[in-house]
Amino acid sequence: MRKIKKKIVVRNKQGLHARPAALFVQVANKFDANIVVRKGTLSANGKSIMGILMLEVGPGTEILIEAEGEDAGEAIVALEKIVLEEEPELIR
Amino acid sequence: MGNEINREEITLKGIPASPGIAMGPAFLIETEEPAVHRRQISDEEIPNEISRFEDALIQTRKEILEIQKKISEEMSSEHAEIFNAHLLVLEDKMFLEEVISRLRKEKFTVEYILVDVIKKYIKVFSRMDDEYLKERISDIDDVGKRILRHLIGQQRQDLTKLKEKVIVVAYNLSPSDTALMHKESVLGFVTDIGGRTSHTAIMAKSLEIPAVVGLEKVSRWVKNGDYLIVNGNEGIVIINPREETLKKYQEELLRFEEFTRRLEGLRDLPAETLDGYRVKIVANIESPQEIPSVLAHGAFGIGLYRTEYFYMNRKDLPSEEEQYAAYRRVAIQMAPHSVTIRTLDLGGDKFVSQLDIPYEINPFMGWRAIRFCLARPDIFKTQLSAILRASLDGKLRLMYPLISGIEELQQANRILREVKEDLRKRNICFDENLEVGAMIEVPSAAMISDILAKEVDFFSIGTNDLIQYSLAVDRVNEKIAYLYEPAHPAILRIIKNIIDSAHSEGIWVGMCGEMAGEVLFIPLLLGLGLDEFSVSPVTVPEIKQVIRSMTISQAKEIARECLTFSTSEEILKFLRLKLKEIVPEVIV
Repeated sequence: MRKIKKKIVVRNKQGLHARPAALFVQVANKFDANIVVRKGTLSANGKSIMGILMLEVGPGTEILIEAEGEDAGEAIVALEKIVLEEEPELIR
Repeated sequence: MGNEINREEITLKGIPASPGIAMGPAFLIETEEPAVHRRQISDEEIPNEISRFEDALIQTRKEILEIQKKISEEMSSEHAEIFNAHLLVLEDKMFLEEVISRLRKEKFTVEYILVDVIKKYIKVFSRMDDEYLKERISDIDDVGKRILRHLIGQQRQDLTKLKEKVIVVAYNLSPSDTALMHKESVLGFVTDIGGRTSHTAIMAKSLEIPAVVGLEKVSRWVKNGDYLIVNGNEGIVIINPREETLKKYQEELLRFEEFTRRLEGLRDLPAETLDGYRVKIVANIESPQEIPSVLAHGAFGIGLYRTEYFYMNRKDLPSEEEQYAAYRRVAIQMAPHSVTIRTLDLGGDKFVSQLDIPYEINPFMGWRAIRFCLARPDIFKTQLSAILRASLDGKLRLMYPLISGIEELQQANRILREVKEDLRKRNICFDENLEVGAMIEVPSAAMISDILAKEVDFFSIGTNDLIQYSLAVDRVNEKIAYLYEPAHPAILRIIKNIIDSAHSEGIWVGMCGEMAGEVLFIPLLLGLGLDEFSVSPVTVPEIKQVIRSMTISQAKEIARECLTFSTSEEILKFLRLKLKEIVPEVIV
């Protein structure tokens, strides 16, 4: 099993709120890997909208994304993109 | 009212969520949560509880999808979107796992665990500072109650099957409740909780149902069948009104309906003063989808067609064909009326990711609008070419945003000539007489409007930026919002100067900022000689009404008088007084 961790500063203008959070969860759910998002001492299941919202990740916050599973690498790349883009496009 | 006549009149004050006045009998919907008992279960019961939970989830999902389908057929897809949030909650991994794992560990009925888990989430979300997150509470609550109702096998009062016209009273209405309301049977609604920007309030507005929210105890004060007055304009609810109160409101309602009807009757009439002076009332739009509303409200054309949305939320740039198709559609739908297309106005507060515009400290004064287009002639030419090609199918005009000097205007016109030349070479026809205008929104352009007037066919005054630049007031900064004064004597003089120099050069002037849509300023702008008012579609009838109720000499007198005042306050006071004389029914 691959396990990858990556520290990222959120550049998305809304932070991980509202639509970006929904997008993050939608994308996370496309992968088999387990995904955990950590902010300080708090952590949440990356596939849970409520978990992500409860982390209250504002713009400029540093988070740690962990992915564990066969497709962990791809998952990290895809999720990182959402967090780094200022205005990510919604996937339908 | 019958036997309720002896009950006392009670007035409650809440938050006005959707305008209008409604009167009728109260219909209380059961919003209290069904009683859930804390009952321990045995190990053998666990699989059964889990499968009951799973069944309820499937039922709930089905139910949400049905409502969503119904709403997107009857209303817009935008409203149906709320239910995507509900589905996300319903499918949430953390939530589902928590219910199941606690069920296994604590061994209580699934109803009890579910209610407890939902309660916990609501508690966490209500502690958050963010308005958006706070509003998610209603999504979580809504979904939780739905699942619970399926578990218990209890159905909520069905609002779609109401037989008489009622005013719905509830502790809280979920967006899905409001979505199921029909205008024919629901006269209005009032709730204990909720805010002005909640989904529920937004829905009520789009359904045009008067509503007051945040009344705290209304669901406890009201009994089924009580007579209610809902004043959605002021956020007031009156329970069992006395005769005289009722009479007062009935009169007000008649006046309100009469006024609305009169406005509707204005649709096909021109904006003409009592002494026969005509101006044009046109609309601002962002997308072709708004055209039905433009026509329904009686705007005789489009004075500002913003084109930024083409460039937003996408990875590539819009092609000439794509733009051509959209401009053509708008031209055809609006014909024979004119459509003024504003060329790309990016920057300031409008950004696109694919263009890689660097971060700026002062974006409103930065690399934006025409400045950007002149630096990227490839993007600019694509748009100009699309507009020119579409110009054969109706009456199109184009205008450049943020012109600050003559060189910019000449340079833009030079590029336009190149595009025209290129089309001629390719034997593609276009309207050779296509009118070209400049937006006047930078003080320097306003000062030299006499010079600029020689290069264009018309001006369009963009008041939002003109005011912000002239008064040095960032319009997004709340701390200095009080300084953002459209009626500042300096702004009046600037507008007068623009209109006067345009007219002496023989060109006409429109206005497409917020100011043109403020009823209060209509007599003043008319008197200053403005030829075209471009406003949001819904305000068109009211503006027509004002213009049709006065004479041009009256307007000129008002404008003259306004120019003698030294403060914005005096000007506003004077305008309010005058407007009341002209159209007493208008609310300002």
